[in-house]
Amino acid sequence: MMPQDIKRKGRLDPESVFKGITASFAALVLLVAGGVVYELIVFSLPAFKSFGLKFLVSKEWDPVQQLFGALPFIWGTFYTSFIALILALPISLGIAVFLSELAPPWLRTPVSFLIELLAAIPSLIYGLWGLFVLAPVLQHYIEPPLSKFDFLPFFKGYPLGLGIMAAGIILAIMIIPTISSISRDVMYTVPQAQREGGLALGMTRWEVVSRVVVPYSRSGILGAVILGLGRALGETMAVTMVIGNTPQMSLSLFQPGYTIAAAIANEFAEAIGKLHISALVELGLVLFVISIVVNIAAKFLMWKINRGGALKGVGI
Amino acid sequence: MGRDLRYMKRKAVGHFWLAFSVLSALCAVGFLFWILGYVLSKGVHAINMDFFTKLPTPVGIPGGGMANAVVGSIIVVGMASLVSVPAGIAAAIYLSEYGRGMFASFVRFVSDVLAGVPAIVAGIVAYALVVVPLHGFSAISGSVALALLMLPIIIRSAEEIFKTVPDSLREASLALGVPRWVTVLRVVVKTASGGLVTGVLLAIARVGGEAAPLLFTSSSNVFWSFKPTQPMGTLPVQLFTYAISPYEEWHEMAWAAAFVLVSMVLLLNISARLYLARKGFKR
Repeated sequence: MMPQDIKRKGRLDPESVFKGITASFAALVLLVAGGVVYELIVFSLPAFKSFGLKFLVSKEWDPVQQLFGALPFIWGTFYTSFIALILALPISLGIAVFLSELAPPWLRTPVSFLIELLAAIPSLIYGLWGLFVLAPVLQHYIEPPLSKFDFLPFFKGYPLGLGIMAAGIILAIMIIPTISSISRDVMYTVPQAQREGGLALGMTRWEVVSRVVVPYSRSGILGAVILGLGRALGETMAVTMVIGNTPQMSLSLFQPGYTIAAAIANEFAEAIGKLHISALVELGLVLFVISIVVNIAAKFLMWKINRGGALKGVGI
Repeated sequence: MGRDLRYMKRKAVGHFWLAFSVLSALCAVGFLFWILGYVLSKGVHAINMDFFTKLPTPVGIPGGGMANAVVGSIIVVGMASLVSVPAGIAAAIYLSEYGRGMFASFVRFVSDVLAGVPAIVAGIVAYALVVVPLHGFSAISGSVALALLMLPIIIRSAEEIFKTVPDSLREASLALGVPRWVTVLRVVVKTASGGLVTGVLLAIARVGGEAAPLLFTSSSNVFWSFKPTQPMGTLPVQLFTYAISPYEEWHEMAWAAAFVLVSMVLLLNISARLYLARKGFKR
């Protein structure tokens, strides 16, 4: 029998069955996503009913009195992530420039590989290293000299090693591979003719980079930064091991703090009562929404600049 | 003369920034070696056969190991893979071979969005889905959390691999009269099998080191446990518990566990990328 004959038997031909099965697994993805959103909303409802939108701006987090406010965690999440971005951006751009413009071809692959290996290290290991190596270094060598500047709000307080600065530095190291590899890929796609045009006009090598390549890659780099931000916002283990786990809001880098993810990780297993759990789930919902928004923003940006097919193979 | 000076200044500034960029690369690679070097050197002293054969002992009693945690990790990750790998590959087959319309684009978009879900949120969802109905922590809830994390990764990497199978192979098979679905299974998937395995290994490496989603799903267990409906010790959770404890002997064990974890992750990543590089996937 030829395949055409089998088709005439009706919808039960092997072709349609196979297509149907694989399509159902594709639809499963939608079901899973729906399930995630549904469960997060359902379990946050008790907390939402008790606190409403004040949850997002209240500073009180007291499980004993059953009072829950998310502001210290939201603050800590964004503060540490922005510190990480400020530290990671120059280094990531430097790496991207090095790999895309400066490195000889034989050096590109090994160095890219090594930097990507940084991304493969589990968050837990970063936390371990941060707790036992970075924190003491900060406490004894980096923070004491900085505390001479304690007229600035960023350096007030006693150097403990653990705290916002440690968390920011670790997050920076963790997002460097993300930002640098996407920026590098975007810079690869800058047409050689543009660089040659710059050189023909008499620019030095660096001027070609800073006035031609980087501006051309502006949107892609922004997308990379936003993706890095998304990664930093959701990091849990590394942060919870070095940030000091104190729900307070302070500008000082020496002070301990708390992030949404760290709070959930620390309190969920031993939460007191349904309201506590619901508040933690609501925190998770907030984090989920923030991550989704950030990721979609990055995707949209990359889509916008890829409309001409310029970013084929960048891997976003 | 002034013009020469200006040019020299531009050159000097350029050299400075180019040096900065080389320094950044060195800095990042330096961090890698610092972190890996420290973990591996600390861990290699703490690791011994006991680690893989004995159960944890109470504080103060020397010796003991994390045998149950190692086995537990294998079981929890194994169960997660059992569910997410076939489902992910099947979905990727649909997206790559049949997906041209709005449905496929939407699924791709949702899958990418799911890929950005933080690990801890996956843990919360698994808690809601499994821990609450079962009234207790269980290995299976941990697997659900990990499967949630693995699914988008596998779909994305499998689809990428399928894209690299040349259309000429598909067309040749169809030209010979092979039905489309057989072509997909016997030609496309078969050709892609190496890349698929690599993608799965990378997903396992990524998920095997996660502690956050397991903290309140599979939780921890210091005894041998093979029941999926009971809490099960896993390497990352045990590592975390020991690392933040105040006991020096537990810190030693934490380094040993870190050594095992890092070695596993490194091994999987390096072999996966070597394989992909050999097959010509330029990065």
